[in-house]
Amino acid sequence: MRPLKIIVLAKQVPDTRHVGSDAMKPDGTVNRGKLATVFNPDDFHALELALNIKDRIPGTEVTVLTMGPKRAADIIREGYYRGADHGVMISDRRFGGADTLATSYTIVKGIEKLAPYDLILGGRQAIDGDTAQVGPQCAEKLNIPQVTYVEEIVDIQDDLIIARRRLEKGVETVSSPFPCLMTVHGSSPDCRSRHAKKVMKYKYARTNTELSSRKTDEVIVSLHEKRPYLTIPEWSVEDIEADLSKIGLPGSPTKVKSVESIVLTASEAKILSDSDTDIESMIKELIEHHTIG
Amino acid sequence: MKSVFVYCEVENKIVAEISLELLSAGKRLAQKLGCPLEAMIFGKDLKTIKNQIAPYGVDKLFVADDERLEPFRTLPHAALATDILKKQDPQIVLFGATSVGRDLAPRIASALNCGLTADCTILDIGDHFVKKEKKEYTDLLYAIRPAFGGSIMANIINWDQHPQMATVREGVMKKEIIDDNYSTEVVEVAVDDILNEEDFVVKIIDRHIEESGVNLKESSIIVAGGYGVGSKENFQHLIDLADLLGGEVGGSRAAVDAGFIDHDRQIGQTGTTVRPKLYIAAGISGAIQHRAGMQESSLIISINNDPEAPINKIADYVIEGDLAEVVPKMIKFYKKNAK
Repeated sequence: MRPLKIIVLAKQVPDTRHVGSDAMKPDGTVNRGKLATVFNPDDFHALELALNIKDRIPGTEVTVLTMGPKRAADIIREGYYRGADHGVMISDRRFGGADTLATSYTIVKGIEKLAPYDLILGGRQAIDGDTAQVGPQCAEKLNIPQVTYVEEIVDIQDDLIIARRRLEKGVETVSSPFPCLMTVHGSSPDCRSRHAKKVMKYKYARTNTELSSRKTDEVIVSLHEKRPYLTIPEWSVEDIEADLSKIGLPGSPTKVKSVESIVLTASEAKILSDSDTDIESMIKELIEHHTIG
Repeated sequence: MKSVFVYCEVENKIVAEISLELLSAGKRLAQKLGCPLEAMIFGKDLKTIKNQIAPYGVDKLFVADDERLEPFRTLPHAALATDILKKQDPQIVLFGATSVGRDLAPRIASALNCGLTADCTILDIGDHFVKKEKKEYTDLLYAIRPAFGGSIMANIINWDQHPQMATVREGVMKKEIIDDNYSTEVVEVAVDDILNEEDFVVKIIDRHIEESGVNLKESSIIVAGGYGVGSKENFQHLIDLADLLGGEVGGSRAAVDAGFIDHDRQIGQTGTTVRPKLYIAAGISGAIQHRAGMQESSLIISINNDPEAPINKIADYVIEGDLAEVVPKMIKFYKKNAK
């Protein structure tokens, strides 16, 4: 088997499992600053699948690609700690407010800059939107096949890859030629832990934006001069030659018109006790109204 | 042409339940817009498939009948749908939020360069004023979906790129037969003119579909238990009541996680969405994720020790008490009073 070039798409997401009341802005977009962030769970599964292939085929290279605000550099560092070879960040204020169409356009411009590649892996969906759209949209734009909901790579040959997919009511095994894009289901193996040596090696990995921040120690800056691999590439609109009309809010056809918090409507429930009289009269009412019987 | 379009899923000559729900949802939108309802279906042996679809009020049905189109594969279905949608240019296109629809719809949306809203639970037609352009857009699709774990409902619109597309969750739209003899025009799709070898590079090697025996969605009576049921033994009371009433047993996620009941009986946002005539919730506190899957039941009875349980707010009857006592009493009085 020949070594593969794999790109893992990973997203930093707000931890929607712990949402406060200030999580939404008045315009209906997410107030990301108010939420703790995590590595999107399904993307961890995608990373594991990539690292597993790297274990099986020596020489395989894994690159983590993320798009997000400055602090999304955490995703790249986390990828390094667990075994990724490279990391690239797409970050520019002008990408903000993107829906899935604009996001997939942006990511594809990044992927094209990383080309050639054999396999693109991403999580099935991200917990901040649960849309599962960006993977298939990227595959269409790259004009390559997509294999969604993958839970296991069954076999890899020189020119094709065989994977098992988890569907609602069963499983399906398919083969696809390279290059292709796969989205990975949460039923696949969990991601391995951080590797202590890799944490040591990459803990000072920073983007240039982070390096120029006043908070960054000068020792780290000088370390980057000696060890260029520590500098995480950070790509702007210009770097990926993106069309401004296709990114961010202008490139997003879907817009949030309004959001509504869910308020329970008070109904006029009949409150009953567990006495024989109460329960028998309820049962009689239900029978009378033909709800039961 | 102004129309509402539905992508129908089919397997072994049976149109998927979700697709029939979508046809009804699509028909209601088309009636509001005063435009036709159109549908497309791709599979094999579809000679008589129109009979299953016409009663839902479909004006035009595009059928692609070819051995290679079943089971579903993304590339050929995406190429066919994209070709048809480009030519027909509908306003609205609906897909099921199923493993097929969630795979296919985004690929088509990317090809058509249009917006797509995932996992909608409410669809409507309405207007929107765009301040920047000082312009009122009318007859837009309101694609409404729960977001952030169900704590908010977001209304997503798209006024500048057509078509407006949405995937819709299974079990939330009501099926409605319009006319058993509705006249539907069938258009046979020239598959070979649209597809080429490259659309078939992904091959299905093996496939196992387990037909689940549980049919919560079709049941008009559901007896569901939550964590408050306490034990598998107590769950037996609920099973007895469901059997007696001719209903099905369901459970909240907490009950499934606790091992009281099987996963395929889970009701709620991550399980099945149901809308039975009668929903009996025993020992279910009623987290929003659970309510999202059952709040449209016609009649809700809550049996709970805790008078403050959120589910009581949407219940029609609240019985405050221990379900291990209440449920056997319900069984006893039903047997006594039913004819």
